[in-house]
Amino acid sequence: MANRPEKEIGIKLDPMLFELLAKFQEIELEDVEMDVGDLEIWLQPSATAISQITPKLITPKAKPTTIIEVEFTPPLEQYPGQIVEVKLGATKSEGGTRGRNIILGGEKSPAFCMFENPMPNPPVISLDVFDMRIPLAKAVKMHVAEVMEDPAAWAKLAVEKFGADMVTLHLISIDPLQKDTSPEEAVKTVEEVVQAVDVPLIIGGCGDPKKDLAVFEKVAETFSGERFLLSSITHDMDVEKAALTAKKHGHVVLSFTPMDMNLARELNRKLYEFIPKDHIVMDTTTAALGYGLEYAFTIMERARLAALMGDQELQHPMSSGTTNAWAAREAWMKMAPEWGPRELRGPIWETITALTLLFAGVDLFMMMHPAAVKTLKDVVNELLSGHSGRAERIAEWITVRT
Amino acid sequence: MAEIRKKGFKELSPIDVYMLLPKTNCKECGFDNCMAFAAKVVNREINIKDCPPLLTKQFKKQYQQLSEMLKPAVKEITIGTGEKAVKIGGKLVMYRHEFVYFNPTPIAIDVTDEMSEGEIVNRVKQTEEFSYVYIGQTLKLNMIAIRSTSNDPEKFKAAVKKVIENTSLPLILCSFDPNVIESGLMAAPKSRPLIYAATKENWREMAELALMYDCPLTVFAPNDLKLLRSLTKTLLEYGVKDLVLDPGTFPTEGLADTINNFTIIRRAACKHGDELFGFPIIGVPMTAWLDKSDSPAEVVMWKEAYLAGMLIVRYADLLIMHSLEGWVLLPNMILRQNIYTDPRKPVAVEPGLRTFGNPNENSPVMMTTNFALTYYTVASDIEASGVDSYLIVVDTEGIAVDSAVAGRKLTAEKVAEAIKESEIENKVKHRKIIIPGKAARLSGEIEQLSGWEVIVGPKDSSGIPAFLQQKWGK
Repeated sequence: MANRPEKEIGIKLDPMLFELLAKFQEIELEDVEMDVGDLEIWLQPSATAISQITPKLITPKAKPTTIIEVEFTPPLEQYPGQIVEVKLGATKSEGGTRGRNIILGGEKSPAFCMFENPMPNPPVISLDVFDMRIPLAKAVKMHVAEVMEDPAAWAKLAVEKFGADMVTLHLISIDPLQKDTSPEEAVKTVEEVVQAVDVPLIIGGCGDPKKDLAVFEKVAETFSGERFLLSSITHDMDVEKAALTAKKHGHVVLSFTPMDMNLARELNRKLYEFIPKDHIVMDTTTAALGYGLEYAFTIMERARLAALMGDQELQHPMSSGTTNAWAAREAWMKMAPEWGPRELRGPIWETITALTLLFAGVDLFMMMHPAAVKTLKDVVNELLSGHSGRAERIAEWITVRT
Repeated sequence: MAEIRKKGFKELSPIDVYMLLPKTNCKECGFDNCMAFAAKVVNREINIKDCPPLLTKQFKKQYQQLSEMLKPAVKEITIGTGEKAVKIGGKLVMYRHEFVYFNPTPIAIDVTDEMSEGEIVNRVKQTEEFSYVYIGQTLKLNMIAIRSTSNDPEKFKAAVKKVIENTSLPLILCSFDPNVIESGLMAAPKSRPLIYAATKENWREMAELALMYDCPLTVFAPNDLKLLRSLTKTLLEYGVKDLVLDPGTFPTEGLADTINNFTIIRRAACKHGDELFGFPIIGVPMTAWLDKSDSPAEVVMWKEAYLAGMLIVRYADLLIMHSLEGWVLLPNMILRQNIYTDPRKPVAVEPGLRTFGNPNENSPVMMTTNFALTYYTVASDIEASGVDSYLIVVDTEGIAVDSAVAGRKLTAEKVAEAIKESEIENKVKHRKIIIPGKAARLSGEIEQLSGWEVIVGPKDSSGIPAFLQQKWGK
């Protein structure tokens, strides 16, 4: 355990007391005013005299006249656990075709306790790309309208214009309830995106455990060695098959569970039988601001603290489907004018959802709106920059003319 | 004054409390015995003042010991008087899951002493009237911060007067000049505003004012925790007991310091029993306006909005903001509501059958989850449709439709079971159930398991009125 402040005080008590005494100028005893001469007489070390005085009277209330300096040592903690590092994407020399790889995790402290331990790897943003036209909020659509039917162009826009670190290709057309496209068609789409951008990729399924597995198998094999993040592996999937597929072809997996720490542990435990721990990123579900965000936040924060305290089954980088912020009707709906245009309300909704989870410990954000992406990136860069603020400047907020 | 390390919140057991109670099992508190009372006290569900014998002279010492033992890590401080007074701080824990956060972060909106009377009145009025109904609660703004941009005591006095003529919201008086603050305090007698702020230069004068007018006092020591702690120590020695800490809100450069400082202060108080840092923290997202330069106002507002969000999550107990725009404030007021809900109680409604209007055997039957927000939204949209209907509320453990489907909290089995349990089969002749658009994937399975025909409804419940008129009206 780190230095506790009271210990410091204990050691420094004597000089401090001296300082205190030296600084007292005005002395008040209850409501009676008296000069220092009187006091000296009172404080004569005469046992009988003192015993007749009530304790209140011998403890003068005195006001300091200069600042009493006390020490301060930051309350540092040590944690027995550490988050594993998971590498996404493989470069040519690593057996893939990506321009760079990205490392997630590695934390030794709770999120952004930078006074304790530096963040080993900055949180990363992956932008959503869909393989078919889907209904999008107006505020998002206005930025991607041109590319909505071309996943490769969409991915390029996300990386080159919006600054995405990664791209998530959501293969929703494979859904048996949608177009039910074949694994071969999915491979074609992945190929287009692989050609269009050289960032590490996340391959997203449609949510149907059987179909997703079939597609993951085909994609994993075709793009062997690319170190894709397969999103996602769930309890109702054939976990063994999915994990072995990823391992065999050099990919990593997203372990997705529904807002329950025990289910997260359980799925991770199952995965450990087939795949190394540093091949697993976990997602405990993101709910939108106003629609259960507090559950998502608290489960992530608890999971991260438990991991640092030594819970081996939760020591994984965390991912968040931050795009879920758009499920909040306040994010996309036209409201009365006093609530402002949805073009602002929507992206700020996604931004605040992301920042809330940033402090819970999320390492990987899957996002949608370019303004939210830019803000999160700016904030993370600023937090990790090591720049200090100018104290005299912020005092001016009182007099600033807006 | 030696600093005592308080017993951490987690370490306090009902036995600790029980040992100091009268132990007579007199039942005057309404509980069967003192142990039951002790358990409620530890859970902060009742106050020790609810034990009448404990308030007698005989138990004075025990009462004091208990008060000390139960004192929160972060002191609770009251600003303002009367019905609209706000309490800040009072936190027992650092992390929400450890217990529950008390006293949702009040948001103060600023006015200045150089604004015209009309502008002041208008901003105060907007602040008072700002409200949003969310899960059956009305979210409101809470305070007015009056800044002296003129540094003129007379102007400040006039501005304070104007504000209190127009509102009973609690005030924050902002100036580093004690003369200005005093003139403001004289204009707001007995209203217990928060003084902003004591610094290393003016602390003695500010302390005198805080004592004279019996007001809480903010301590401002931007990015200097040693100074902040020293000033706190000094002011406590001076006799000012109600302090609020401002380690500085840096909007851009220095943001890392702000996050570090807020976190350090709260950790020192909650995890290390540091009484000098055991006071509420004030965040000032309004500092975003310092950087405005040539940026359009929306860019500054945007920054203020996300700064507020970060600070609500990272331990701010009070915020001062400038923007009155709905899109800036709404997400933050909802975030605050979310973060301050009791994590031990899911925000859920009772599952089961609900009726709207006077449904008959031909009326539509709809289905949704028991997440409170989903339920209230769907309910208000059904009411808006004016169609007499049934609604089956399925127990998804308080999770919304899309998350519940993804997380298998809403399954075809659960829906089939809920249909059966609701006994809706005795109430309607048809066998058609309308399910949320976001649960479409469950259609086939629901049909198989329940024998009911599934009609997939709109993805958002705002589409319910139109949907009912088109698909059911015929």
